[in-house]
Amino acid sequence: MTEENTQVEKSHAHGYGHYIIIWFALLILTGLTVAVAGLNFGNLTIITALAIAGLKSFFVLKVFMHLENEGKLFTLFVYISIMFLVITLALLFADYSFLQGR
Amino acid sequence: MSNSTSAEGTMEHAHRDDAGSRLGMWLFLFTELLLFSGLFLTYAVYKFTYPDEFHAAAKELNTLFGALNTIILLTSSLTIALSIVAISRGQKYLSIFFQLMTIAMALGFMVNKYFEWSAKIGHGIYPGSETLQDKGHGQTLFFGLYYTMTGLHGIHVIVGMVLIALMTFWTWKEKINADTFVRLESAGLYWHLVDIIWIFLFPLFYLIS
Amino acid sequence: MSSTTSDVNVSYLDYKGKHSGLLGWITSVDHKRIAILYLVSMLVFFSVGVTFGFLMRLELIAPGKTIMEPQTYNAIFTLHGLIMIFLFIIPGLPAVFGNFFLPIMVGAPDVAFPRLNLFSWYLFIIGGLLAIASIFMPGGAPDTGWTFYIPYSIRTTTNVIPALFGAVLLGFSSILTGINFVVTVHRLRAKGMTFWKMPLFVWSTYATAWIQVLVTPIIGITLLMVIVERTLGVGMFDPALGGDPVLFQHLFWIYSHPAVYIMIIPAMGVISEVIPVFAQRTIFGYKFVAGSSIAIAFLGSLVWAHHMFTAGMSNTAMIIFSALTFMVSIPSAIKVFNWVATLYKGSIRTEPPLLFALGFIFLFAIGGFTGLIPGALSVNLNIHDTSFIVGHFHYVMFGGTGFGIFAAMHYWWPKMFGRMYNRTAAKTGFWVLFTGFNLLYFPMFIMGWLGMPRRYYDYLPEFHIYHLISTVGSWILITGLTILFTNLIHALRKGEKVTERNYWNGETLEWITPTPPYVFNFDKEPVVEAGPYEYKRNDVLEPALEEEKA
Repeated sequence: MTEENTQVEKSHAHGYGHYIIIWFALLILTGLTVAVAGLNFGNLTIITALAIAGLKSFFVLKVFMHLENEGKLFTLFVYISIMFLVITLALLFADYSFLQGR
Repeated sequence: MSNSTSAEGTMEHAHRDDAGSRLGMWLFLFTELLLFSGLFLTYAVYKFTYPDEFHAAAKELNTLFGALNTIILLTSSLTIALSIVAISRGQKYLSIFFQLMTIAMALGFMVNKYFEWSAKIGHGIYPGSETLQDKGHGQTLFFGLYYTMTGLHGIHVIVGMVLIALMTFWTWKEKINADTFVRLESAGLYWHLVDIIWIFLFPLFYLIS
Repeated sequence: MSSTTSDVNVSYLDYKGKHSGLLGWITSVDHKRIAILYLVSMLVFFSVGVTFGFLMRLELIAPGKTIMEPQTYNAIFTLHGLIMIFLFIIPGLPAVFGNFFLPIMVGAPDVAFPRLNLFSWYLFIIGGLLAIASIFMPGGAPDTGWTFYIPYSIRTTTNVIPALFGAVLLGFSSILTGINFVVTVHRLRAKGMTFWKMPLFVWSTYATAWIQVLVTPIIGITLLMVIVERTLGVGMFDPALGGDPVLFQHLFWIYSHPAVYIMIIPAMGVISEVIPVFAQRTIFGYKFVAGSSIAIAFLGSLVWAHHMFTAGMSNTAMIIFSALTFMVSIPSAIKVFNWVATLYKGSIRTEPPLLFALGFIFLFAIGGFTGLIPGALSVNLNIHDTSFIVGHFHYVMFGGTGFGIFAAMHYWWPKMFGRMYNRTAAKTGFWVLFTGFNLLYFPMFIMGWLGMPRRYYDYLPEFHIYHLISTVGSWILITGLTILFTNLIHALRKGEKVTERNYWNGETLEWITPTPPYVFNFDKEPVVEAGPYEYKRNDVLEPALEEEKA
């Protein structure tokens, strides 16, 4: 139909090995996040944990969910949704961070 | 008129469009993500309001259980991805094997969850319980969120299991085959989303102690 | 497809599928038939909503008790809000006219997921019936207001849960429609139909579909949380257990404010279609009108907390949200200016659709300006929760979206059914409706400014005159509605038959389809070569000149 039709129609460019490597990386990251949680970073604890979770999701999205093989439009859509969430969170905290007793 | 019609052929229903189906599935996944995000926002607000209580309450949760479930879900994500590779190469039975593995692990996840929940309830920690009321507001909210979020996630796991079982049936019947497997891909996408949500639930509940 | 070409090259109304009669409609996956299903069900719900509104106004005709008990009154304004918002205004344009015309306007034979489309109609019906059923179930009709504010909604003993669950289902129906439209626009455009050649109604429905997809899940989970709160007492929003009721308001308005734009943006799209056609002129600033839909959708998602200025938010948040609120008026104003500029030096035909479009611009302007007033923090403290607000949102929602829906009906009726309504009756109906509308809602601004709270059952004698005018206005408004709908429905059977394809001389793709459209819309695959409103002056002048010569 239009420009988007040029994107890869079938998304299985990779073999079994590719996925198994990513799975292995995900397991290591899980181990890492548990290990790091044992240390006391104070406020940084949750930020580190969420950063690792973000990295893990990135791998799942990119490889397991084949975002790497889909057209740019798919990636754009993912960005739109994540941006929406981040902005909503930021605006919500415009209230909660500056709150003086409620 | 500035628009014309081409001479060739009459109109019929839209031709098969796998990329379109996947696009629709992705949009659906965003709505699922945003459904959970309502709870994530709630979590963020209360974590911010009651940091110490959340910290204390998280100690009650068993990191081992959580980590084990994380590994189970990650592995099941792998197997469903592999089942798609298998079907695309025409390896029907291998694909079915991987799908069954996924279902088995989802079941394992739920069994694990069942033991975890019953242990908590056994200790008198459930919404409205007296033990929880004694622990104060912050902990009540932590466990309220814990039950709501893992509960909703659990429902998604069950839905995913049913979906994949249906896919297995179709693969067996060869309605899903090397040429048409967009449904299996969509079910796989759904399953990966369930995995991603758990990837975030795990640190937020188990790793903040 | 097993059916042969000759089978499907008939009007969608005459198509003989697997089933016939009613079953042929409620099992059909044809987007046009589904649109008609939505149209019929929406109008039924609308008449229920109007009845409740009428009863409410009748109760308020004089101070004290007039025809009903306070509890009944509470239930009636709750259901009036629920029904009008979730069952009339939100589905009104996207689900009815979006379904019917979005695929046609992009040159597609159907939406991307036809079966999903039918499924979302079933969700809509079940959700709607559940909401209506909550009136009759034991326990009493819900009395929380359509906003379900906590803590009252977790304390009241009325049937809040069925109403909440109904709203959740309606939300999911709306999400599925949104997904369908986004994918249709991206995947099913005809040859040559680039984004910048899409009709403005498609642009606006597309922007709306994105809001539907992104924000509706939040209301879904929020209302489900209230259900969980009522059944299990988790404490999420319950101050007694440490929860924050204001958080509920945040989550509620994160959806419900953008929902206002779900309602108004498609109506703006309709106006952007009607104005160029009845001025026989290219729309002024096409790209700006198209882009402003996206801008409104985006900015509209950032302003939700202006509903909560008196709820006790932090000052920082109030300032941010107030500033953002003013910003939404920019893209809205762009649209209004461009519409008016389009009319300038056009060959204007004052047909019924144009009357409704002009009515829209006039009423929406009033509604828009009176929206800026409560957007200012200091004024908001005075008029929050007064009938000023009620007046404001009725001007925007009814004067805006409502008139947009009527404009769409009068514009597309001949294409949809192959029958033309009586023009004089339509114009009379418009003027009666317009008069009644202003009589009904304008006094609300005045008494709200003077301090009349909204949702009150009783009031001080000094407000009597305004309430009296308002109630009389409601009778005139209902008369207008009756004239309009009688005329339209009468036209279905007795109206003058229309067979010509391009009834209004429009330039968008629906006007090259047969009237009424074939099962797969077009008899031949459309190819788009020019933009949607590229009127060449000669198209209009030439026939006239030729006549003169002859």
